[in-house]
Amino acid sequence: MLAATASQTIGPYWHLIEDDTWADLTRFGAEGETVVLTGTVYDGAGSLVTDAAIEIWQTSPAASDIFPAFGRCRTDSNGAFRFTTLKPGPVAGLGNAQQAPHIAISIFARGLLNALITRLYFQDEPLNETDPVLSMIEDEARRRTLIATRTASGAWNLDIRLQGDNETVFMEI
Amino acid sequence: MTTEAAPFRQIVANSQPANDTPSYGSTHLRHPARVPLRIPQTITETTGPRFTPAQFGPMPDLSVTNGKQAQGERIIVRGRVVDENNRPVPHTMIEIWQANAGGRYDHPGDQHDAPMDPNFHGGGRVFSDADGWYQFTTIKPGAYPWRNHPNAWRPNHIHYSLFGTGFGQRIVTQMYFPGDPLLALDPIFLAVPDPAARDRLIAAFDIDITAPEWALGYRFDFVLRGRDATPTEQA
Ligand SMILES: [Fe+2]
Repeated sequence: MLAATASQTIGPYWHLIEDDTWADLTRFGAEGETVVLTGTVYDGAGSLVTDAAIEIWQTSPAASDIFPAFGRCRTDSNGAFRFTTLKPGPVAGLGNAQQAPHIAISIFARGLLNALITRLYFQDEPLNETDPVLSMIEDEARRRTLIATRTASGAWNLDIRLQGDNETVFMEI
Repeated sequence: MTTEAAPFRQIVANSQPANDTPSYGSTHLRHPARVPLRIPQTITETTGPRFTPAQFGPMPDLSVTNGKQAQGERIIVRGRVVDENNRPVPHTMIEIWQANAGGRYDHPGDQHDAPMDPNFHGGGRVFSDADGWYQFTTIKPGAYPWRNHPNAWRPNHIHYSLFGTGFGQRIVTQMYFPGDPLLALDPIFLAVPDPAARDRLIAAFDIDITAPEWALGYRFDFVLRGRDATPTEQA
């Protein structure tokens, strides 16, 4: 069997492939409950990470000709990203399990030799209580690093901490 | 039987770099300190975005901008995208970016004192064909200095991003050139523990890809994670 090609950092100049329309997953005309996802990325010293590529992927609603279900956004000079997408519903899990609405996130940046993978969940979703992935995390504070909260403007916000206190739960798949 | 939704194989030991690589200074404050949570692969991880040339138009020639030739050594890069089961990965999108022949990116963050080339932007995009083959034309990127350690220089390299067929197959990597003396000094390249896995990041000169009177050819293949044959056995 072959082994997969080694990952290397995306580096600081990946913006050469950036298309800022990709942050809006509704740009091809998809309709539904639109949500705005925001967040700020911090390093282990609490400094802003201003050169990251944040990617999102969701299986609900399913991808279609008018809904890519995938987006990419840079973090700006404030370390912030912002996506517009459709609110996911519950997603089938393994066996008979049902997963809470969630969005998969990949983080690429200078200093990251591999993509960091995590998930975004939505606060106050009843299925969060029984979600198979959230249930793997015993510590309540750790679990909260995956749960976006509603801001005054109506956006869903989830900050990402690469290292240190309140480090985001990252995943291996 | 391998199905589209089957989970991906576990990552082969030592084939991927460690996030905590002290010789690469930018990892110090960016690598997670905790062990990642290994989660079961659900439909979220086993499926992924599809990109079509109709929506994301190919840009297979980086060596020409507005009809004008970029400075530098024109090259052709050709290769195959397969998975760990040695099956071709057809119709998958490959994003490409690189420095110009002088080692300078067309990017506001790049302050290296090397000339810009108005005829070279450095971004490209191609799709593999039905058998996994891809090809593009560019100019050989120059080496450039960075501030990782005193007198640090990145070897000549081209950046790539591939999506494959599922979220768990996504890869961002870099391709290097044979015989580059900077490889032995590069902490990013050397971060891959297995020397064989590392060497697979180096393209091979290929006379059959070389176009007479036109451009040298290099062969570079990508291997994406393969899917397990027995999805029901995934824990
Ligand atoms: Fe680079």
